[in-house]
Amino acid sequence: MNDWKKVCPLEEIPRLGSRQVNTESGMIAVFRTADDEVFALRDKCPHKGGALSQGMVSGKVVTCAMHSWKIQFENGEAVAPDKGCAKTYAAKVEGGAVWIALS
Amino acid sequence: MNKLKLVMVGNGMAGCRTLEELLKLAPDLYEITVFGAEPHPNYNRILLSPVLAGEMNFNDIVLNDLAWYRDNGITLHTGKKVTKIDRKARKVIAEDGTEAEYDRLLLTTGSVPFLLPVPGNDLPGVIAYRDIADTETMIAAAQSYKHAVVIGAGLLGLEAANGLKLQGMDVTVVHLADWIMERQLDQTAADLLQQSLEAKGLKFLLGKQTEMLKPGVNGRVGTVRFKDGGEIPADLVVMAAGIKPSIELAKSTGLHCNRGIVVSDTMQTYDPKVYAVGECAEHRGIAYGLVAPLFEQAKVCANHLAQMGIGQYRGSVTSTKLKVTGIDVFSAGDFLGGKHCEEITLADPVGGVYKKLVLRGNQLVGAVLYGDTADGAWYFQLLKDSQDIHDIRDHLMFGQNHVGDVGHAGQSKAAAMPDTAEVCGCNGVCKGDIVKAIKEHGLFTIDDVRKHTKASSSCGSCTGLVEQILASTVGGAYQPANTHDKPVCACTDHAHGVVRAAIRDWKLLSIPATMQALNWKTPNGCATCRPALNYYLISSWPHEAEDDPQSRFINERAHANIQRDGTFSVVPRMWGGLTTPAELRTIADVAEKYEVPTVKMTGGARIDLLGIKKGDLPKVWEDLGKAGLVSGHAYGKSIRTVKTCVGAEHCRFGTQLSMSMGVKLEKMLFGMWAPHKVKLAVSGCPRNCAEAGIKDVGVIGVDSGYEIYVAGNGGIKTEVAEFLCKVKSDDEVQEYSGAFLQLYREEAWYLERTCHYVARVGLDYVKGIVVENAERRAELYERLLYALQGYADPWAAAVQQPKEYTTLEVA
Ligand code: SRM
Ligand SMILES: Cc1cc2nc3c(=O)[nH]c(=O)nc-3n(C[C@H](O)[C@H](O)[C@H](O)COP(=O)(O)OP(=O)(O)OC[C@H]3O[C@@H](n4cnc5c(N)ncnc54)[C@H](O)[C@@H]3O)c2cc1C
Ligand code: SF4
Ligand code: FES
Repeated sequence: MNDWKKVCPLEEIPRLGSRQVNTESGMIAVFRTADDEVFALRDKCPHKGGALSQGMVSGKVVTCAMHSWKIQFENGEAVAPDKGCAKTYAAKVEGGAVWIALS
Repeated sequence: MNKLKLVMVGNGMAGCRTLEELLKLAPDLYEITVFGAEPHPNYNRILLSPVLAGEMNFNDIVLNDLAWYRDNGITLHTGKKVTKIDRKARKVIAEDGTEAEYDRLLLTTGSVPFLLPVPGNDLPGVIAYRDIADTETMIAAAQSYKHAVVIGAGLLGLEAANGLKLQGMDVTVVHLADWIMERQLDQTAADLLQQSLEAKGLKFLLGKQTEMLKPGVNGRVGTVRFKDGGEIPADLVVMAAGIKPSIELAKSTGLHCNRGIVVSDTMQTYDPKVYAVGECAEHRGIAYGLVAPLFEQAKVCANHLAQMGIGQYRGSVTSTKLKVTGIDVFSAGDFLGGKHCEEITLADPVGGVYKKLVLRGNQLVGAVLYGDTADGAWYFQLLKDSQDIHDIRDHLMFGQNHVGDVGHAGQSKAAAMPDTAEVCGCNGVCKGDIVKAIKEHGLFTIDDVRKHTKASSSCGSCTGLVEQILASTVGGAYQPANTHDKPVCACTDHAHGVVRAAIRDWKLLSIPATMQALNWKTPNGCATCRPALNYYLISSWPHEAEDDPQSRFINERAHANIQRDGTFSVVPRMWGGLTTPAELRTIADVAEKYEVPTVKMTGGARIDLLGIKKGDLPKVWEDLGKAGLVSGHAYGKSIRTVKTCVGAEHCRFGTQLSMSMGVKLEKMLFGMWAPHKVKLAVSGCPRNCAEAGIKDVGVIGVDSGYEIYVAGNGGIKTEVAEFLCKVKSDDEVQEYSGAFLQLYREEAWYLERTCHYVARVGLDYVKGIVVENAERRAELYERLLYALQGYADPWAAAVQQPKEYTTLEVA
């Protein structure tokens, strides 16, 4: 079952930007793309645990600020040739607000 | 949408590389059909020599296996030679009647070996050395026969001879010219090479013209006879006397051919629907016979097939390396020299080392290395980039390590390093990892190696070493990046210089506008190009272009340095390294109030508060701001510090007021974004206690004024700053340093420090503008001051928007 939680108004995340969200399941990074889509990943890089929320967003990928691994929003997988995966969470925009599903 | 049809004739190295590049750019544009005369998928032809030498087998050298064609939806006809092209009906027809229609046709038919037109050249046992079948014939012949004769002592002939010798045959190399490899080597190097090949058991007959091949008792070739009457026994004759572009097919369909199929800078033949790349193509009068240029052609051709229409091929400079294990020969460019050229040579015939560098003016135009080729890649880079070598000329011969370009002095003999030796200290990559990746994934460029191994992807100090490993592993197929024309990143085909010029000339004011104008391939770029674009915009159009925080690295976005645990560090500015009791008291209070775990003096002579939580940053800055402390930009590609010594204010030796000069400079430059970080220092006398000799701009007080030095660097690779000029007054120090820095800001590529920029353009160029041209100096200085006008402390601004720094909470 999806347990949807309201995070913040969409404007509080800049386009191609991100915010860090503290939840009962740990720190989650919420990203906003150029087309106002939102995605959520566990805020921990599969490489050495860097906070993905501090990275740079382009397309549907975030480049980790620590050592530049690229993590894909849709499946949490690192872009090859790097290998690793960050947990993904469902996210949506509804009524002008960002929601994420913890589960 | 119906896909366009692309047919490729010739399933070789250049062709498949073109398809790979095309699939990267436009995976769905074409339905692709490939015809190959050989019964194999694409393999690495250049590794036939190690196969012959028994060091590898066929499976090791396959580049694209059958699964690759299948996975990419390519229809592959192996063992089918195309014999007819019907350009009206737009279809090709193979020997066995197989047909395929095309919208675009790609001809990559390679070369055919040149067979000497002598009687007997069709006898059994007479072959060329071109493909896997020839290689197998040679290996088989070695099982049953004794005498092998190789005609032609070029690269191919020598590799064939060496392989046959290792297979146990008695090998004689026959050559028409007076020394071997005369198209790549001068006589001195050639003689040394011949000696070491003779030591391996090869025999040489030079200056010999073959008259005929005579059959033996079994009908197979038995004897080689020369014009001068001499004869030698031969059970196997390998003709390695050259290649000619394979153009019969193209000619038969009426395409314009000279030596090769004539193509334009976009790799199109005279029929715009038909492209040609590889050894079969003739570009600006040259048909290349090495893979590096063919790969460059492939890239351009793929770009046009993908309908992007930007790339242009302008020809290549090539280099050669002989792949005979244990022998190091390298040659590139105009190695014979001649008129208007100068030569630097080093010859140690007993030690087996010979090096010749050919210079024209201040450029390296050719090189021959024998015995020690470790610096071949570096020389080739200098040559390709037409770098100004004036300043390093006196130690050019001693190689890159001597110039100090890599941090691994003494380890440059890449080939001799054990597999366990660590090459990249940042990422813990050993030589063995790199060699393995190169072999397994068929890598040819330093970028590929970076992607697969991470070696040289961090601080870059091992780049030279990685290049050498690459060069020694793949031989002549190594492609040094041409740093001038190298695209900014995979999102674009344009190099930094082109992008800078477009932003300036077309007055582009935002990242989206720039990406649109220059046909960026990705919708929002990537973490490499966006920061560069952002900098080019704000430096070209200050106060007008949009500064995009999302295109800045986290440190610049947050105005603090991110730490490995996700906290941040805060370094307040201490102008010229000076502080006051009140400032120190405030810093102490802040450190206590926010429980800062570490307080440290930085190497830049100021205080660092490390380990601050992101959410606390605005409060910390607010408290610091009350005492007048502002951002030290320890996080930015921007002005960092101006270090000073005590100078004439206090010091018994001081000649100038270095502290006040330093403070003036730092205040002037506050808020200056730059291609990379910028550090200055001012010392009060030549004892130079502020270390001005390794700064981007170093100022040294002397009795009569100041000496200004530029382009020093104390980081990854220490660079001593170079003398720019001498001036009299403080105002002049500001104007000259300001003008130099503005020139750097306007012309350097993103992430070039001043030392790299000046190395690229030459100090004389910089002097010509900043020192000798008063008008341009004044203009530059004025533009700098205009750009910095009204810059406000970013910390004070952030204090107004603390929300951006907070972590959101959900229940
Ligand atoms: C804090 C400091 C070390 C210290 O505790 O002393 C420091 C810390 C870092 N340096 Fe440095 N450098 C510090 C002085 C230096 C110096 C000495 C100096 O400035 O006189 C140098 C050599 C001088 C020079 O740059 O020419 C120096 C050469 C580098 C380099 C190599 C630059 C180069 O062009 O070769 C890097 C890497 C880079 O910038 O790409 C680097 C990068 C870094 C970074 C920013 C690494 C990073 O990207 O995160 C470090 C941040 C640590 C952190 O978590 O805050 N740091 N760094 C010093 C801050 C000085 C300041 O007050 O602003
Ligand atoms: C032994 C050896 C060692 C070498 N060493 C080096 C080296 O160290 N460094 C280096 O840079 N280069 C080296 N080369 C040269 C390099 O291999 C070539 O430059 C490169 O392979 C040329 O690529 P290509 O695609 O143009 O031609 P090829 O790779 O020859 O491919 C052309 C293909 O087209 C096929 N073909 C031709 N006509 C038709 C037709 N009508 N229908 C169907 N198929 C057809 C051919 O059978 C062939 O398979 C070496 C070559 C050899 C033989
Ligand atoms: S502070 Fe500088 S030298 Fe020290 S670890 Fe960090 S980058 Fe390396
Ligand atoms: S922690 Fe993310 S790339 Fe290393």
